[in-house]
Amino acid sequence: MEEFIQSRFNYWIYVILMMIGLWGMISKNNLIKKLIGMSIFQTAIILFYVSVAVKSETANIPILPHHGHDYSPKIAFAHAVSDDHENGGHDDHAGHQAHPVGPKIPDPDGYANPLPHVLMLTAIVVGVATLGLALAITQKIYREYGTLEEDQLLEKVRADDHG
Amino acid sequence: MVEHAPVLLMVVPLLAAVFCALLGLRWKALCLPLTIIGFIAALYFSVITFLQVSASSDHQVIYFLGGWNASEFPRGVGIEYRVDLLNGMLLIVIAAVALLAAIFSKQFVSMETPGKEPQYYALFLLLAVGLMGMTITADAFNLYVLLEVSSLTSYALIAMGSRRASVAAFQYLIMGTIGASFYLLGVGYLYIKTGSLNMQGIHDILIGEGLLESPAVYVAFLLIFVGVWIKLAFFPLSTWLPNAYSRAPTATGCIIAPLMTKVSVYIMLRIMLTVFGPEYVYDELSWSGPMVWIAVVAIIAGSILALGQKDLRRMLSYLIIAEVGYMVGGAWLLAPGGMARGESLYSTATGLVGTGYHIISDAAMTLCLFLAVGAMIVKAGSSRIEDMKGLFRKCPVTMACFVVGALAMIGVPPTCGFFSKWYLISGAFEAGRWEFAAALIISSLVNAVLFFRIIEFAYFGKLPEVDDAHGHHQRHDEGGMEENPPSMLVPLVLASVALIAIGLFNKEIAGYLSQFLNTVAMGGQG
Repeated sequence: MEEFIQSRFNYWIYVILMMIGLWGMISKNNLIKKLIGMSIFQTAIILFYVSVAVKSETANIPILPHHGHDYSPKIAFAHAVSDDHENGGHDDHAGHQAHPVGPKIPDPDGYANPLPHVLMLTAIVVGVATLGLALAITQKIYREYGTLEEDQLLEKVRADDHG
Repeated sequence: MVEHAPVLLMVVPLLAAVFCALLGLRWKALCLPLTIIGFIAALYFSVITFLQVSASSDHQVIYFLGGWNASEFPRGVGIEYRVDLLNGMLLIVIAAVALLAAIFSKQFVSMETPGKEPQYYALFLLLAVGLMGMTITADAFNLYVLLEVSSLTSYALIAMGSRRASVAAFQYLIMGTIGASFYLLGVGYLYIKTGSLNMQGIHDILIGEGLLESPAVYVAFLLIFVGVWIKLAFFPLSTWLPNAYSRAPTATGCIIAPLMTKVSVYIMLRIMLTVFGPEYVYDELSWSGPMVWIAVVAIIAGSILALGQKDLRRMLSYLIIAEVGYMVGGAWLLAPGGMARGESLYSTATGLVGTGYHIISDAAMTLCLFLAVGAMIVKAGSSRIEDMKGLFRKCPVTMACFVVGALAMIGVPPTCGFFSKWYLISGAFEAGRWEFAAALIISSLVNAVLFFRIIEFAYFGKLPEVDDAHGHHQRHDEGGMEENPPSMLVPLVLASVALIAIGLFNKEIAGYLSQFLNTVAMGGQG
């Protein structure tokens, strides 16, 4: 059981965080508390995606190590291209592993998957925009109604409907 | 130019939005012309794209964003736009609806949100860009981003209305964020299993690797579907819709109501048919039974709730919930096991044709009715149904268009509503789902009751007597016609003509849709 929880620790935390956020969004009466719930909810998803990117204990962040001048990605790429030309210009193999460029391309298993991180950068931006818009709407609501408690708000809205 | 049409149809309105926000600060009068130019360009490019699609041999146009090439890289390295017959038609509908709604908004924006034209029109353009992007993209994560673009702009556009609208916008924002987050989570599960974000790529890997029975894929479908369900406003997750749509500023309602739920239905279709594939959705899941029953409940509940409304826009909002029930039900009519029995998808999928048809015709019907109601509320000075008295004498053209919209909603030939309902009902008969056919007929009857009540008020109802300056009793209606200005009438008349046109071209539209289903049945490769 302990092993079961430990091996998926990140995922347990993400589920728990997500449920806390969802509960906050649905059951809290105060609009700001709802938004706090929303932030927790979105952060839980970011944690989930980042956990997906993990490959193994030894896998590192996807930055190429700088062993002398050969390992700079720019030079590695330049070498790959020049190798291509030396071999007769098969330029359509640029994206394939099939073309060996010796030790210049490092082992992909040594690095975490960068794609989920990139996706989450976008998701973070979306989250910030949502929160900003939500706070602006909350501000407008407070200015118009003088309260941020949902039950009082709905009462006043109902009075508006009939008046 | 022509080969870049699929991306230009988004880029031009996007640039127009930027210019609107910047130039509008100095010259407010520029905003509306910029918006209209943006949408005309979008309409032009979407028509060109659709012509390309229907002319190509495999009925699709693929555009690689940023010029990455599928022959050099494995599919899914970059973002791909893919237009086929279904979303090609939908792109034209979105651009046309947005254009008509923009022309219509002229009077209302200066009336309801004075001084905020640049912000309003920038958001308006961005909303349409988001919707078109959701329709055209073939990348599951890109879809999430564009979903949020359209959602965020719609929250802002709704919140710009009265003070009640901001509360409705807040509730919509909370629901919408939950929906979009669930979608994102589902895409994450799919990414774990397949390592791809490209819709067709995900499907190919799911089939190729035999992942259809994987519990992770099931969870992914569940999460994505619940997320889309909220966005669809499919009963019972539809509580946010009536408040948000009926309290929004008039011009906002005219673009959000016809497009938002319809594009969400399209997303559901795309997820079902392209990402997971009919083999998974109909055979592996066997959800058809309960899904159609929920759709039946949605249709009946939406219709009955609409009957109880005194406010015209609120009534229409509840009708949208019923219409979503039509489309979702039609999409799930296919009985489980059909694929295993060797039946081809398109021969048993009249319901799917009906759903696709109804997306298009419902967008046009809702546009026509929301435009007409917006114009009627201006004349009546209130949105209550009782206050519509005598409107036929006051503004006959507006009311004629309203009647066309109402007839389409009821389903009277030759309007489009008749033909889409016809396909849906034949689909229900084919699948043997009598409860769905019964719900469609009951809802049509309820629509007839609803709309004839309004038409009766407007035609036979006498205007209240008002005292003029000399204390004489005078009838308002003797003053004769006070028709709405052309900026309101032109889009309204065009929308009602479109209703009949979409009905008259039923053969072509249904032909394109079954051709699309044909491609899906052959594995989407064309």
